[in-house]
Amino acid sequence: MEVEEVERLPRLSRVAVCGGTHGNELSGVYLVRELLKVKKKKKKEEEDEDGGAMSVLLVLSNPRAMQQCLRYIDTDLNRCFTHACLIGPTLDKTPYEMRRARELNAMLGPKGSAGAMDLICDLHNTTANMGLSLITYSDHDWICMHIFRHLQRQIPDTPVRYIHYDVTSKESYSLDSVGKHGFAMEVGPQPHGVVRSNIYTTMKSGVQYMLDWVHFFNSGVIFDGGFMDVFTVVKHIDYPRDGETHNITAAIHPQLQDRDFCLLRPGDPLFQTFSGETLRYTGSEPLYPFFINESAYYEKGIALCLARKRRVKIPSVREYL
Amino acid sequence: MSSFSSCQSVREARRVAIFGGTHGNELSGVTLVHLWMKNGTEIQRRGVETRPFITNPRAVEKCSRYVDTDLNRAFTPENLSAPADGQLPYEVLRAQEINRMFGPKGSPDAYDVIFDLHNTTSNMGCTLILESSKDHFNLQMINYIQKALAPASCLVLLNEHPLLKYSTARSVAKHPVGLEVGPQPQGVLRSNIFESMREILKHALDFIELFNEGVEFPPCSVPVFRVSERVDYPRDANGNIMAMVHPNLQDCDWEPLNPGDPMFQTFDGKTIRYQGSGTIYPTFINEAAYYEKQQAFVATRRETLSANAVRKA
Repeated sequence: MEVEEVERLPRLSRVAVCGGTHGNELSGVYLVRELLKVKKKKKKEEEDEDGGAMSVLLVLSNPRAMQQCLRYIDTDLNRCFTHACLIGPTLDKTPYEMRRARELNAMLGPKGSAGAMDLICDLHNTTANMGLSLITYSDHDWICMHIFRHLQRQIPDTPVRYIHYDVTSKESYSLDSVGKHGFAMEVGPQPHGVVRSNIYTTMKSGVQYMLDWVHFFNSGVIFDGGFMDVFTVVKHIDYPRDGETHNITAAIHPQLQDRDFCLLRPGDPLFQTFSGETLRYTGSEPLYPFFINESAYYEKGIALCLARKRRVKIPSVREYL
Repeated sequence: MSSFSSCQSVREARRVAIFGGTHGNELSGVTLVHLWMKNGTEIQRRGVETRPFITNPRAVEKCSRYVDTDLNRAFTPENLSAPADGQLPYEVLRAQEINRMFGPKGSPDAYDVIFDLHNTTSNMGCTLILESSKDHFNLQMINYIQKALAPASCLVLLNEHPLLKYSTARSVAKHPVGLEVGPQPQGVLRSNIFESMREILKHALDFIELFNEGVEFPPCSVPVFRVSERVDYPRDANGNIMAMVHPNLQDCDWEPLNPGDPMFQTFDGKTIRYQGSGTIYPTFINEAAYYEKQQAFVATRRETLSANAVRKA
């Protein structure tokens, strides 16, 4: 009988849960506020017991954007965490979010150092019909992948998926890349500036099950390996645009709208122009679309992203004693 | 009192405007108006001048609801008569300009009809918004549109409430009509929502063409939902929202809410129930733009309006 290797990984003592990285993505804003309230109440009621194996830091990442219910004030905070952005000089004209990124890096990092948070979970919402998606930079971070599997099992009535951006650590640009392990927890569909109770509840469950998993992991539980699907991002497609005005000249086709993670085959409808013409996918490879019609991506020139799906084997893991 | 309603003579509707971008992030209207400014064939009808117009270009540019203040609340008598100087908010100056171009509000020179195109994050489907229960031209037009769209539905919201009605961009015209189509997130263009709005306008313009040709429209009944009150989210002592629209109420625009029904859910999962005395019909449930206006939903009551026969004068 083949004996499976159990991968031993360091304890996850310090976890951060961040909300409001985009100030108008409200599930995370309200959830972190609620968790802060609960934490404050707990502190008043109980003597500080033995902290246990894990501390959880709750962070509201972009308070100024939250106050105005905007995605950002000067620039997208969740693109400010590349090494180049983090080490640059802070001048008078440095945008608010760049400064804030450096503050967050000091608080939760520094990125790449031994002192960084063990795990960062950054909460986001999307207008796309993506269920609960964990977005990471790795297809071999067993911690993130086991957390994903745990969520998938514990939240059966919501589709849960694992998205991988194949980007190096140096070039990784989002808040979750500051920790030793990290991911964005993206829940949709929800309009920006709105909190939908079902979406909030899904996110709340996601965070709770994640923290449960970390607690079990730190207690020495062995998590069996197995197989899981990973969606690795290949490219994105922009809207067709008017040459002069740059305004879009077509909308996501009704047959594609809301069909995140449904295979898109060559020849399938992509866009419908305002004169009723169907524009089709001309790629040669069938791919899986996601972030279909995300409102914040119009300005980034992205109508949808496309990914390859593959089965990945993950090892059993346990805490390194 | 006469036992029949006589046919009402209404002035021909020669000048019609279609407003888009009154809120810069409500994209169906922005897109339709841009389209028609480039090529207006689709909106041309015999005997009518139909003018597409972007009301808030700076907000459209930023893809935000407004720049300084909500344009669709800015057409108050005070604002319209305020001396234009550098201190006025952008949207107040804009309201004055629009009033000059399409009004003046209340005068015989004002545009006959203005359609103002809006989207909502609420699950309201296709909704037409009226400001008066006595505008028989508008009532007949709505009746025509509803029959043309059937079996697809198009409901009518009547906001005649003295305290809750507000000074809209379209109120500059003799016959103001609001088009509200949802659900659609702000800053997003959904194909089905866009096409629905386009179809409503098609039928509206067909009606105007027929009306101007002398067609008489017989008396009819128009079921409406009349705005009765605005209901806010439960808030804590600091004014922060304490609860969300309950999952049982979310997306249930136009459906009856009875005393005792779940209305809100706190962030820690408790249910808050509707404690009113009678059944209401909520709409604008969980509209993003209304969080800052202290409105979780608008309560309405069902009513049937009678429209007189109308014919052009």
